[in-house]
Amino acid sequence: MTIDEAPAYPMARAAGCPFDPPPRLRELQAESPLVKVRVFGRPAWLVTRYADQRALLADARLSSDVTSPGYPSPTGAPPKSDGGVGIGFILMDDPEHARLRRMVTAPFMVKRVEAMRPAVQRIVDDLIDDLLAGPKPVDLMEAFALPVPSLVICRLLGVPYTDHDFFQQNSKQLIRLDVSPEQRATAHGNLAGYLDNLVGAKLADPGDDLLSGLTERIKAGELSRQDAAGMGVLLLLAGHETTANMIALGTLALLEHPEQFAVLRDTTDPAVVKGAVEELLRYLNITHNGRRRAVLADIEFEGQVLRAGDGVIFPNDIGNRDPAAFPDPDRLDLGRDARRHVAFGFGVHQCLGQPLARMELQVVYGTLYRRIPTLRRAAELAEIPFKHDGSVYGVHALPVTW
Amino acid sequence: MKVIVDQDRCVASGQCVLAAAEVFDQRDEDGVVVLLDENPPAELARDLHHAEAVCPALAIVVED
Repeated sequence: MTIDEAPAYPMARAAGCPFDPPPRLRELQAESPLVKVRVFGRPAWLVTRYADQRALLADARLSSDVTSPGYPSPTGAPPKSDGGVGIGFILMDDPEHARLRRMVTAPFMVKRVEAMRPAVQRIVDDLIDDLLAGPKPVDLMEAFALPVPSLVICRLLGVPYTDHDFFQQNSKQLIRLDVSPEQRATAHGNLAGYLDNLVGAKLADPGDDLLSGLTERIKAGELSRQDAAGMGVLLLLAGHETTANMIALGTLALLEHPEQFAVLRDTTDPAVVKGAVEELLRYLNITHNGRRRAVLADIEFEGQVLRAGDGVIFPNDIGNRDPAAFPDPDRLDLGRDARRHVAFGFGVHQCLGQPLARMELQVVYGTLYRRIPTLRRAAELAEIPFKHDGSVYGVHALPVTW
Repeated sequence: MKVIVDQDRCVASGQCVLAAAEVFDQRDEDGVVVLLDENPPAELARDLHHAEAVCPALAIVVED
């Protein structure tokens, strides 16, 4: 098979199936654990099955560094314009990745995140009060899903929420896959400049927040100001785009599955809510463009050889729908044990913010439907704009009423 | 049962704490895993094997 004959990745979802991975991905998963695909005209390997995804994502012979030869860029752009330097440890390999990541892990510890739960509950309750007091129908994305994680990550990082219009506009540009490299570079430059100014202000007048903690590292000579700003961009971006989309898309998925909606509407049991969060993460897997890696040294795998310089893509969405790992995988079942899903990735790059994301989603899913039990769509499903073109899947807007 | 952790590999995802808070904790400075009990009772086997399976850095080994 020549590269022109290989299937192009990413693939389209089926019309009318906004929660399911592309049907072609299912076929490929059933056919073979390892598939050659075409990404912007270049070949890359697709690892289709759950167990293999976990095994290879934990393999240090695979690089997350976008400048590694063969790295399958999600935009087709050359590595430098992807951000590279300044976008944080997500696109670096160990030991530098581990060194930088460890500087920001403390605020995401389970017990530190748990200590934030009452504050997050207040944020969620206040926003629901506003919803109930305001006009309807309302766009749940704008009025609720985006403000919750945005308020939380701003508080954690020490970013003024009053600037949210500015950084949300630029964040949106940065995670779109259909903007030009110049537009992306401008958005990244805007955010990096904004974070650099904030870091500068906190160097002079530190507070009790994550960015202020980083200024201590700068003063100690362990971290450059540029890397601190880059980590700020990464955490601000990752902190609200992902969770906001899980809130809105998760709500829509529940509205389409009334018997599952009822599970959360009718419970006050934290264990039920926790389980529901894991299942929605598995089922929706909003980072739908796959984890990307480049092969650093030849790896024998499933009768093939992944050669140094090959690109590898892990479509976690289909991994989470692997029937070998999750029986009847296409059924949304809030009662199943879904905790081993790979929605946060796997290996040393697995999502740093997952304890925070989990807690926020537990508070939201455990509160919103209990307090607004008659919540329903205020538009036809076919009219809801889905984010097919973004690196994070979700909805651009979700009109609801009650 | 015997539990072994590798603090150098740990990426502080905290999933072990969620799986078995009786056995795992996180270091205050950086969230790196702290083993509270090297020889936990057998009734925790299921939770411990879960912790071993979900650790993204493969930093936990559980021996029955």
